[in-house]
Amino acid sequence: MNALKGFSAPIVTGVVLFGLWEGVLALFNPQGFVLPAPSEIVGALIDNWSEVYQGARITGYVVVSGLLAGIIFGVLAALLVTRFRTANETITPLAVAINAIPIIALAPIFNNWFGLTSARSNQAIVVALVFFPIFINTTRGLTQVDRSQVELMESYAASRSRISREVRIPNAMPFFFTALKLSTSLAVIAAIVAEYFGGRQDALGPLITQSAGLTRYDDAWAAVLAGTTIGAVLYIVVTVLERVAMPWHSLIRSHREET
Amino acid sequence: MNVIEIRGATKVFNPGKGNQVEALAEIDLAVRPGEFVTLIGPSGCGKSTLLRLIAALIAPSTGSVEVNAKPAEQARLDRDYGMAFQTAGLFDWRTVSKNIELPLELMGWTKGDRRRRAKEMLELVKLGEFATHHPSELSGGMQQRVAIARALSFSPALLLMDEPFGALDEMTREHMQDELLRIWKETETTVVFVTHSIPEAVYLSTRVVVMSPRPGNIASVIEVDLGQRQASVRDDPAFHTKVTEVRVALRKVEE
Repeated sequence: MNALKGFSAPIVTGVVLFGLWEGVLALFNPQGFVLPAPSEIVGALIDNWSEVYQGARITGYVVVSGLLAGIIFGVLAALLVTRFRTANETITPLAVAINAIPIIALAPIFNNWFGLTSARSNQAIVVALVFFPIFINTTRGLTQVDRSQVELMESYAASRSRISREVRIPNAMPFFFTALKLSTSLAVIAAIVAEYFGGRQDALGPLITQSAGLTRYDDAWAAVLAGTTIGAVLYIVVTVLERVAMPWHSLIRSHREET
Repeated sequence: MNVIEIRGATKVFNPGKGNQVEALAEIDLAVRPGEFVTLIGPSGCGKSTLLRLIAALIAPSTGSVEVNAKPAEQARLDRDYGMAFQTAGLFDWRTVSKNIELPLELMGWTKGDRRRRAKEMLELVKLGEFATHHPSELSGGMQQRVAIARALSFSPALLLMDEPFGALDEMTREHMQDELLRIWKETETTVVFVTHSIPEAVYLSTRVVVMSPRPGNIASVIEVDLGQRQASVRDDPAFHTKVTEVRVALRKVEE
């Protein structure tokens, strides 16, 4: 239960915000023209439940699978780069070059590579986008270690892999989780925007563009709400994982708050 | 037999490059069993470098360093010494007890033996009730005591310390010095201790090695014999005479 501590304040903020939204619209925009009220969005969500649910499943799959692959590639690259100098000299410039490309602009090209109606091209966009922050942050965590901790391990005649396990990897954990939190929202954005250009037609992206095209804005908002939910759930999962994986870290934080 | 035998050891960093630094000029130094030797000098005098040569964390450019009558590198591989640094260097992800057990884990001790020894060591540094705490819950002085307990956990005959009390406030520092002297007497270890505090060097040592900078060299060696070491020694005129002696030696070095 301790892992869930600290979620009550955001929930209260959310409830207050939605109440204000609903109230202000009721006063000034009774037609629900430019912006539908939360109640209308929820109504649209209920009316189109099967469509939105299907879209969320497809997009959710793209997001989660792309995120996982991006994490695996990012962490593997970080481990290689910190272990082998030649890997560092080849992978790092390549990763920086890839990062300089506005990845999302590649969406139409990826459609050509992976097929216009397949989710593959959308997944590829997510992987490419998630890879870089995971790679860079994990590398930083693996290398920016307390010098005396490494010297201490050397004084015990510890092997390189032992030093990695005892010092570098635990040290990289907070860096990795920070990157992961950034990546969850990045992955949802990447998936939906990529879906605007192609991929499966029953995903959230096409649902939003089609609804907006037909001026069914409350339906479009319902799909946005589904996308938001995917992002929020992933963020919460990562936060809980972080607390489970690094009990000492929240301890440091709470101790600092006390003093 | 000497615990440490350094003959003509030099250290040049980045040899042949633009940023070449001659850190140590030919150093000769021998340390006998049970001695407490401090290395003192202005920053850049190579005292930490010299300590790292003894620890075989770096290799000398020329000359030789022997520990326990074998090459320093072999002594490192045999885990002949324990080490403590200015930053406690404790692992936040391990409890206090697990931090002390770390070297024992690397040496293949069984879990029960490790637990028992960690408990003994925590008693020695008077932190018995903090075994299951994480380092971030301890004060700076307590963390440093854990680091010393860790260095002593496998009963090395040699303890190498690089300004371990440098980051502590004066009161804690004096208290830690008394703790260290008590442990040194109880365990009969040989200690090499780097510091830039003159009173600390005099209070702790049987011998103070004064070093000069650019390149690092031994300027003078001052024997200290203040008899039974205890807090009252700090007010002893003999103590102050020694402090002055070291200060004069250091002043010569600075000129």
